[in-house]
Amino acid sequence: MTTSVTEMRTTGFGAALWRALKSFGLLRESWVGMVGTFLVVFWVLVAIFAPLLAPFDPNSSIQPFAGLGAVSAEGGTFWLGADHIGRDILSRIIWGSRTVLIYAPLATFSAYLVGILMGLAAGYRGGWVDDVLSRIADIILSFPVLVLYIIIIATIGASGFNIIIAITFASSPGIMRIVRGLVLDLRNRDYVAAAQTRGESDWRVMLVEILPNARGPLIVDACLRLGYVIITIGVLGFLGLGLPPPDPDWGGMVNETRQMAMAFPHMTLFPCIAISTLILGFNLLADGLREISLRD
Amino acid sequence: MVTLVIKRIGFMLFTMIVVSLILFLLLETELTGDPAARVLGQFANEEQKELWREQHGYNQPVMVRYVKWLGNFASGNLGESIRFKGPVADVMLPRLWNTVILGFWTFAVMIPLSLILGVLSGMKEGSKLDRSISVFGIITTSVPEFASAVIFSAIFVFTLKWLPGTSSMSGGFEFKQLILPAMVLIVYDFGYVARMTRASMAEVMTSQYIRTAVLKGLPYRSVILKHALRNALIAPFTVIMLQINWLLSGVIVVEFFFAYKGFGALILEASLNNDIALLEACAMVAVCVAVTTQTIADIGYTFLNPRIRFS
Repeated sequence: MTTSVTEMRTTGFGAALWRALKSFGLLRESWVGMVGTFLVVFWVLVAIFAPLLAPFDPNSSIQPFAGLGAVSAEGGTFWLGADHIGRDILSRIIWGSRTVLIYAPLATFSAYLVGILMGLAAGYRGGWVDDVLSRIADIILSFPVLVLYIIIIATIGASGFNIIIAITFASSPGIMRIVRGLVLDLRNRDYVAAAQTRGESDWRVMLVEILPNARGPLIVDACLRLGYVIITIGVLGFLGLGLPPPDPDWGGMVNETRQMAMAFPHMTLFPCIAISTLILGFNLLADGLREISLRD
Repeated sequence: MVTLVIKRIGFMLFTMIVVSLILFLLLETELTGDPAARVLGQFANEEQKELWREQHGYNQPVMVRYVKWLGNFASGNLGESIRFKGPVADVMLPRLWNTVILGFWTFAVMIPLSLILGVLSGMKEGSKLDRSISVFGIITTSVPEFASAVIFSAIFVFTLKWLPGTSSMSGGFEFKQLILPAMVLIVYDFGYVARMTRASMAEVMTSQYIRTAVLKGLPYRSVILKHALRNALIAPFTVIMLQINWLLSGVIVVEFFFAYKGFGALILEASLNNDIALLEACAMVAVCVAVTTQTIADIGYTFLNPRIRFS
């Protein structure tokens, strides 16, 4: 029994699995991280099983202004009420979790792809490459973020794809700065020198030798950034610059019903609680991960 | 020190020029679609568009137009707003002033609050108080501004009926209408400043000179007030200055939600109505404010930190 466990620890896939389990075990020691994990897993499950969980079709108009717990003519219950055109709010929140959990990771991933490549190039090559990339990053970062989003969306239009582009454009400079700093620290290590003497190409050294060793701070940052990207998508939806209707999106739901918020607060309140708990999940998870990484 | 100031101001001007070029390319050229169609709407016919281009000098080469545009801008001629039918400056300045009022009250409450909480939690890293403050900070920064606006409205306007739900100030200035917008901004932003203050305070508390002060028997109170705070508050200064940049984003959401007639709501209105001249002017002002505060933050940090100042 013990031998099989040790064997598992040494082989490739087994080792990765072992480490993942171990880091989850460590996460258990931080209750903040546990609460975060629970919230994130909860919403991921809701998004996956949306068709099974949602009591109604999210886009069909059934009973306008239905209150909390009202029963529809066909027998279903509007647990969280319905909005001004009669769409079930619970179903829209459930389906909306899909929208946000598809676009936010995609946008974050795309921003990371660009940011990591820029950061590796700037930190490893140095010289004029670093100067040019750093100046570009400084200029983009000097914009107030939302003003930048508004200008980009105003010129290229509002759509899911354009939101990903806008987020990539606005957040990759920040990622680049972090990666650059990590690379500057790592590039003088012995194993990098060894790889260089072996004659490995620059990109191989950057991607295979340096990048995996910079993963710790990047994972924490990715968690925080994911939360921030969810805020951004929500805010864009709220300002009417987000995904085109009618597909449910939490920010858009608030925008559509905010005029009625004084009379029917449930229409805006529940999507707000949904988005806040998801963001809180990622932020707490990031805090838990950081706490653990500091302890080691 | 002098070279640093000159360098920073030089970079500031460089940034402004690059930003103006980006804005010009995005909004005034064919790069992202026909500007004539953007201003006149998609139903305008070719003749009308051609006439508009002729009248507004859009048939000249791009570089000539950029130089002219920049010249107009620098001399204060910001053009006409289509949405408000008047000179952009006349529309923008009162709105800017309203946002300054909102920003002032937000900062007046947020800065002392976040500094106190940050210092308290940084004094004893890992204590119960520290953990509670930090978790509380995470919770408040996890609620987007529009969501806390909805939640506060549900509590203070709908349930308790203490405060007005809109802040349009239609019957003249009323401080009551400023409370909710400011509160939303404070709640969203203070967590970050408190966290930065905490980090800075915690670092100072582990330094040699604080240990010396404690070991030589100074009362804890005077160690904190006379020795630790002076160094611990240098970093938050930068963070607070940079917070103005964040505030410019925050006011867009808050002013839109509460119908406050400020600068943030104006940018959004300009963009939703394709009011190009107004959008350009607002964006330039926003970037100008952001870059200026960043420069002040950098220079101020150097000035406050003797280790850099004298090297």
